[in-house]
Parts: sequence; structure tokens; C-alpha cells
Amino acid sequence: MNPEVIRADFPILDMKVNGQPLVYLDNAASSQMPQPVIDRLMRYHTSEHANIHRAVHYLSETATREFESAREKVRSFLNARESREIIFTRGTTEAINLAMHGYGRAFLKAGDEIILSALEHHSNIVPWQMLAHEKGVILKVIPMDDDGVLIQEEFYKLFNANTRLLALTHVSNALGTVNPIKTMISHAHQYGVPVLIDGAQAAPHKALDVQDLDCDFYAFSSHKLCGPTGIGVLYGKAELLERMQPYQGGGDMILSVTFEKTDYNVIPHKFEAGTPAIAAAVGLGAAIDYLQAVGLENIDRYEQGLLDYATVRIRELDRIRIVGTAREKAAVLSFEVEGVHPHDVGTILNDYGIAIRTGHHCAQPVMQRFKVPATARASFAFYNTRSEVDRLIEGIIRVQGIFQ
Amino acid sequence: MSDMRMMYQEVILDHNRKPRNYGRIEGANHHADGHNPLCGDSIHLTMDMEDDLIRAVAFEGEGCAICKASASMMTGAVKGLKVGEAEDLASRFRGMTTGTLDMKDEQRLGRLRVFEGVKDLPSRVKCAILPWHTLLAAIHSVQAASSEGKDDPIQEA
Ligand SMILES: Cc1ncc(COP(=O)(O)O)c(C=O)c1O
Repeated sequence: MNPEVIRADFPILDMKVNGQPLVYLDNAASSQMPQPVIDRLMRYHTSEHANIHRAVHYLSETATREFESAREKVRSFLNARESREIIFTRGTTEAINLAMHGYGRAFLKAGDEIILSALEHHSNIVPWQMLAHEKGVILKVIPMDDDGVLIQEEFYKLFNANTRLLALTHVSNALGTVNPIKTMISHAHQYGVPVLIDGAQAAPHKALDVQDLDCDFYAFSSHKLCGPTGIGVLYGKAELLERMQPYQGGGDMILSVTFEKTDYNVIPHKFEAGTPAIAAAVGLGAAIDYLQAVGLENIDRYEQGLLDYATVRIRELDRIRIVGTAREKAAVLSFEVEGVHPHDVGTILNDYGIAIRTGHHCAQPVMQRFKVPATARASFAFYNTRSEVDRLIEGIIRVQGIFQ
Repeated sequence: MSDMRMMYQEVILDHNRKPRNYGRIEGANHHADGHNPLCGDSIHLTMDMEDDLIRAVAFEGEGCAICKASASMMTGAVKGLKVGEAEDLASRFRGMTTGTLDMKDEQRLGRLRVFEGVKDLPSRVKCAILPWHTLLAAIHSVQAASSEGKDDPIQEA
């Protein structure tokens, strides 16, 4: 994989910010779209757009076909058994909320327990907390060690006869930790406990196989995957989805409606009320094509090399602490510059054309665990280069120069 | 880089390193918490008031350099002011940092003018203003101030 060839596909990377070439290191928040995805969106809007599933005319049939073909691409991307197991949502957040409503609210009752981890993004905490308040469900949390690794012995201890769900992130957005989800899923299944995986940070970096993982739900967002915003996915095993309650009511999710009663549509349509983000779904399909053409294994290998390089380089600096030092990490580097608040780090790096994220990364419990209000986070994609890592290091040296 | 040197000039760095009036006033009769959800900046303000005279203000908390320096300088600037004067200063400060105040003949802000540069850093304006929000909340003893939304005591123009 040649990053210079890849970079040529991403027009935004040629930008200058504050007179400096952009160094975009906020990929864990949203990654950028390559030209083929942008072109695909343009083509959809120029010559394929209409509402789907509703009319017999040419454009509606075209849009429906392209939308459903995107669903098939997602199926292949996840290696799901059937495309009806793929539900389009607005993103990971809506996917988890759908699972909370459709599964949690429908089947859990007071005294039931849900296991979460200390690494979760707010979007895999708050929905379950809402359920806990409403139903009297109890939340239990897998703790982590000082490297940001979940403590497996503690995880095993959390299971009992009342455990009903494990909701776990595949990769931590704040620290980069990759969880050993396959063994954790299989442990939960020994107790008959279904597992929801938040794959928002894993899908952009890892080849996925939901059948091999055997997870019951898997959620991710297109905009972290070089696709457009406004679309994401909840994968669910068909037999679970069929038993679940719809999340929202409206058009497209019904078979027949009278004022007395509604018969719901079959999956996945039962969960897709209203007109979806059709163009965005088509764009996601194009992003998947693009990533598969580059190869997820190549992407993973390249990004690991970049992360190793960045980790070595940042360790050469004085007065820097890396937050999150798991052995298995995705390309995320969270750090603190001693004596400098992360927001000041971010502002000064921005002046130098470098985009990083600063803050709590929607993972306040992670921040609390490491006793920091916030961190600076550089997150890499396969279009980033070693010379961009060098720019980041120079930028940090400038920050230290100003604050010394 | 010169913009950054402007923003992070020595006065600000110095107040960040050695904030003045840091801590709590024992037996303070007014206090408020200020919180900036985006940044995680969070300050607690205690204030000693006699009628409408601000006798002393102290702050403590976590925040970026801009927020801390702004809090530190605010505590000095409002000490000894009447409530009306402090409110006027707060609104000038907001005007300066949001770029709506004509700075040509501005006299009142004095040393607080070092924060003028944040008007070019939209994501950081809230950091600079938070201590002033919190001050107004303390004056009126609103228990929590936020730089967002409904309990923003400095109304948008
Ligand atoms: C681990 C994780 N989960 C969930 C989300 C939420 O994704 P979205 O905002 O696309 O719904 C994110 C993204 O910020 C994330 O990193």
C-alpha cells in the first residue's frame, strides 16, 4: 500500500489551514471521503434520486436498487449471513438506541443486569442508563487497568443468573485499546447472554466477520469509514431481530395499517421507519468498495506501522504522557503535555495546520479513570504518513516552547 | 505563529501558571459553579459582597490556560467594583471576545485587552468568557452557570 497513491484520492488532504498544509489526525471522530465516494454521491444526486420502496417509476426503482445494493455491500463487509440482518440507522448512536428500545425495553425487567465496560463511549452508556432508570435494570462495569486494558478476571466475575446483555466496544475511541471481543463474546454465550458490539472505531481498521465473532449485534457509522455522515448500521442476528419490537413507527415499516391495528413489515424494514438517508447509504456502499479495494488487512498493517512510529517519536519527547498503553491498539494516540491543557495544545497545533481532537472524547468515565479532565488525541488513517507524524512532533515541541 | 504568540502572551501564561485569588473565600456570601461542557473547563467561584459592592472574588477549578488566566484576571478586575460596573465590564469583555465591541476608544477593559485575540479562535471564546458568566451567576447567586444554552446569564445580542 502506497500512501502517496492513496492520498491522491482524497482531495481535502491538499488543503492548507492557516497557511500550512493540513495534517488531518482526527480520523477517529470522522475520516475523510475519497473521490470515488464523492463521485458516487454526485452521480446519485445527478441521475438516480427518488424515494425508495414506493413507486413503480424508473428513478424510484433505480434508487431502491442502489440502496439495497448498499445493504448487500454492508453484508459482505461484515460477512453477515443475510442482507436482511443489516439495518440502516443514522449512525452508531442510533443503532445502539435501536437495540436498547427493540431488545432492552422489550425483554428486560427490573433486577436484570447489563454488563458494560469502563472503555465505553457515552453512546454505549447513556441508552442503557435510560433503560436502567425506566425499568430498574442494573448496570455493571468491567474495570480496566492502568494501560487501559479490560481486566478479564473481573469480567468473568460479573456474570450471574440475572445477566441479560453484554454491551461492549470493539475498540476504544479514547485510548485505542482493542478488546479481545471474540473470547468475551464466547464467554457471555456460555451464560446465554447476547452481546452487542460497538464497532464504531473498529470497522474503519479491521477486517470484520460477524459470523466468526458470533456477536448478536454490531453497530458502526459510515462517517468514520470514509463515507458520508447521516448513515450507519446495526447488524443483528435474524432470529433476534425478528423477535424484537420496532424502534420507530411510520411509513415503510408496516405491512398494513388500520386505526385498530398495524402489521409490521419484515426485517430489516420493520426497523427502518420513514425515508432513510438514501444517498448516504449509497455513499457508504462506495466507501466499502473503496476500503475493500485497498484491503482492510493492508490498512490495518499500515496503520499499525504508523502508530508504532508515532509512539516511538512521541516517547522521545520530555514531559509527555501517553494515556492508553495497551499492547493491542488501533491507530489512536491519546496524550498529555505536562503543564499544558489539551485545549491549548489543540489550538496551537491548529495554528500549525494540524487537526487533532482535544477533550473527553465522549468517554468521561475513561477520563475519570485516568484522572485527567481531557486528553489530546491524534488518530490516524491509512492516508496519513510518517512525515505527518513528524509534523505533529514538531508541533508538540512548539507547544512546549510557548508554555515553557 | 505570531497569532499564537499574541494569544499565549506572557501575561496570560503567567496568570495560568500562577493564578491570582486562587482558592476559596471562607464564609463567602455568594458563590457559583461554571462549567464548559465542550472543554471540560470547570470553575468554582466564591465572592464576598457587601450590598452591591464586590469586596473579593476567588476561584478554583480545572481549565485551559485561556480559561484560567481569564478567571485569574477577572478576580482582580472586579475587586472593589459595584455590581453595575462589574456587569458592564462583563458585557464589554464579551463584546471584545466575540468581536462585537468597537475597540477603538475602549478604555474600561484595560489589561483585559490581552484576551482580544480569542475573537479569532471561535472554539475558544467560551473558555475566556466562562469566568465572567460564573461571576454574573455568583452576583445573582444562580447556582450553576454554563457557557451553553438556557442558563447563560449574558444573553445573546
Ligand atoms: C466507540 C464509539 N462509539 C460510538 C460513537 C458514536 O458514533 P456516532 O456519533 O456516529 O453515532 C463513536 C463516535 O464518536 C465512537 O467512537
